[in-house]
Amino acid sequence: MTSTSTPTSTTTGTPTGKVHLTPEQLRAFGEELDAIRQRVIADLGEDDAAYIRDIVATQRKLEVAGRALMYLPPAWPLAVAALSLSKILDNMEIGHNVMHGQYDWMGDPGLSSRMYEWDNVCPSEQWKYSHNYIHHTFTNILGKDRDIGYGVLRMDEGQEWHPYYLGNPLYAFLLMVFFEWGVAMHDLEVENIVSGTRKLEENKALHAGIMRKVKRQALKDYVVFPALTGPLFPLTLAGNAAANLVRNVWAFNIIFCGHFPAGAETFTQEECLDTVDADGKPEESRGHWYYRQVLGSANISGGPLLHLLSGNLSHQIEHHLFPDLPARRYPEIAPEIRDLCARYGLEYTTGPLHRQLFSVAKKICRLALPTRRTSTDGEPAQGPVTEPIAA
Amino acid sequence: MVAERISWESVRRVGSRITTPLSPDDYLRLVNPLWTSRELRGRIEEVVRETDDAATIVIRPGWGWHYDHKPGQYVGIGIQVDGKFHWRSYSVSSPPRRSGGTIAITVRAMPEGFLSEHLVSGLEPGTILRLAKPQGDFVLPDPPPARMLFLVGGSGITPVMAMLRTLHRRGSLPDVRLVYSSTTEERMIFRDELRSLAEEHDGFSLHEQYTDSDGVLSFPDDLEQLCPDWRERETYACGPAPMLDACEEAFEAAGLEERLHLERFSLDLGGDGAEGGTLTFSNTNKSYDADGAETVLEAGEAAGVGMPYGCRMGICHTCTLTLVEGTVRDLRSGEELSGPNERIQTCVTALAGDCTLDI
Repeated sequence: MTSTSTPTSTTTGTPTGKVHLTPEQLRAFGEELDAIRQRVIADLGEDDAAYIRDIVATQRKLEVAGRALMYLPPAWPLAVAALSLSKILDNMEIGHNVMHGQYDWMGDPGLSSRMYEWDNVCPSEQWKYSHNYIHHTFTNILGKDRDIGYGVLRMDEGQEWHPYYLGNPLYAFLLMVFFEWGVAMHDLEVENIVSGTRKLEENKALHAGIMRKVKRQALKDYVVFPALTGPLFPLTLAGNAAANLVRNVWAFNIIFCGHFPAGAETFTQEECLDTVDADGKPEESRGHWYYRQVLGSANISGGPLLHLLSGNLSHQIEHHLFPDLPARRYPEIAPEIRDLCARYGLEYTTGPLHRQLFSVAKKICRLALPTRRTSTDGEPAQGPVTEPIAA
Repeated sequence: MVAERISWESVRRVGSRITTPLSPDDYLRLVNPLWTSRELRGRIEEVVRETDDAATIVIRPGWGWHYDHKPGQYVGIGIQVDGKFHWRSYSVSSPPRRSGGTIAITVRAMPEGFLSEHLVSGLEPGTILRLAKPQGDFVLPDPPPARMLFLVGGSGITPVMAMLRTLHRRGSLPDVRLVYSSTTEERMIFRDELRSLAEEHDGFSLHEQYTDSDGVLSFPDDLEQLCPDWRERETYACGPAPMLDACEEAFEAAGLEERLHLERFSLDLGGDGAEGGTLTFSNTNKSYDADGAETVLEAGEAAGVGMPYGCRMGICHTCTLTLVEGTVRDLRSGEELSGPNERIQTCVTALAGDCTLDI
């Protein structure tokens, strides 16, 4: 911990919400964040372990209840609700967070990032690569972060317009409905194969892994469990499909509120190279990485239930600063992060779910059309245009 | 028995079709914590105080524990303290196949051993712990040698106790001499049981050495007094390092090293400010000398091992590997992490002493 100066007076705001911090300010900003991380790490203990064990037990009970209630046709809506909740908890508060390594410190194999497999058609091994490494390291860098539009959508002015993008709202709707399938296909980088920058052979091993997981997941939800309910087969099948759909829609909406609402910034590769390494090669400083995580992410304000069901991704900013801290700690450190951002003049983007969703939907529709240089809705046209990540 | 187990396995395999991607055990263990074989677990049945600072912990292993330890072997015990599993190895003090299917370890609280302290005084019956299967070559041969000498110091009695109990249960102690050192009589674990064994069996004799008042045994001089025929006996020694070193020296001097069997408790774990060391990779047995600034990831790459990696800044956990033994230092916080079974982020840790990695 060194400086606690308030640098707001020396920063210059730009229309994009990016502010210029000097190298010293970036370093001080990074050191303050490192200190917060160290403090939370040192404080991890029985409460965190008990919390995640409770969530796991709740999720498993909900799943068993949901599967069992399928035998009672009048309780069908209840069964779907229980199973949907179970899948949402498994994917978000448990799966996403465990696979980030948030609970690796416990040394419990059931909660280990290396071993956890989620109730989702995307194999955890592939997801961890594209999410933990690619997305979290290169967050919101155009041409590097494949989560900007997931290779199918135009989510940033920096992506060059193409008539294909007239379907932006339709693609987004389909991605929402089939979200787990979209996540599974994400790693195949289909758009890069179309554009010729990736070879089909590179997908062979990935493909085998996906098919194995898909078979197991589909067999469970669409064959075995329906068959186990005998004459209720169609009802159970519909119930399981509904639960997967609910989870898909929820996860899509939470995740799209993470980086796409108005206020979340994208970066070019060049502007992230703010320092040089020991060999004189340009690289990004730790402070700038933190700075980019804050400006590139957006929170959702709401109550404890929203935070739980979103896997605390409602605290996307805190998650992106400290992806491997147990997510239940994000609400606790959020006021401090917000204060820190204010002191450095950085915008801390947040808003209630409906507002963030509306902002994202508006962006999806707006970007279906070519970027107009003079914007009428008050949102500024973006700065430098880099190479598109989708053809 | 075998047929039963095979069919049970196949039931579980079929069950995993509906519990995929988890296993049936992930659900069953919520009903009973011992109903899982995904990891070896046990429940503490009883904590029996042996002395002021030592206790015997009786453990009922859960599913998947098919291991019958040989008398003298040790097991790994994983205890969750403040949410984190800590692992230590302890000799099993109970004989194999004890009725009721439990195993027992006997632990002395060490002055700086926070886990042993916790085991002795902080554990309630019903606590769930994790187990690692029995290991170790310090075992009673079958059939046992006709003439044996046990040289024991302090809590080194535990593996020897398993051997003596096994012999006793078979009803025939051969010619066995036990020379047992303890600081005081009060701190001597199992003294009552040993005395009654000595009364019951003509072949078994016990010497109690209280080192606070009588001094430490010197080898081989005191041995000549206490066990004049020590050269003709298979000797098993377990105790503090200085005692074992002295034993080893005496047996080597007499050219009898093949008669001496040693069990050393403490390994050099590194840490305490050590920097760098030899990094060994367990799957290939490759090794590499790393300094204290080089990350484990860099060391692995320099050694030509295909290390998993990602962000190289400690956020993505792609590079996480299991430390089999040794100590590493987290370069961000300076915190030291020790094996076995510790998961370490190789991109932000460096060696603090010799280490073995599971890759």
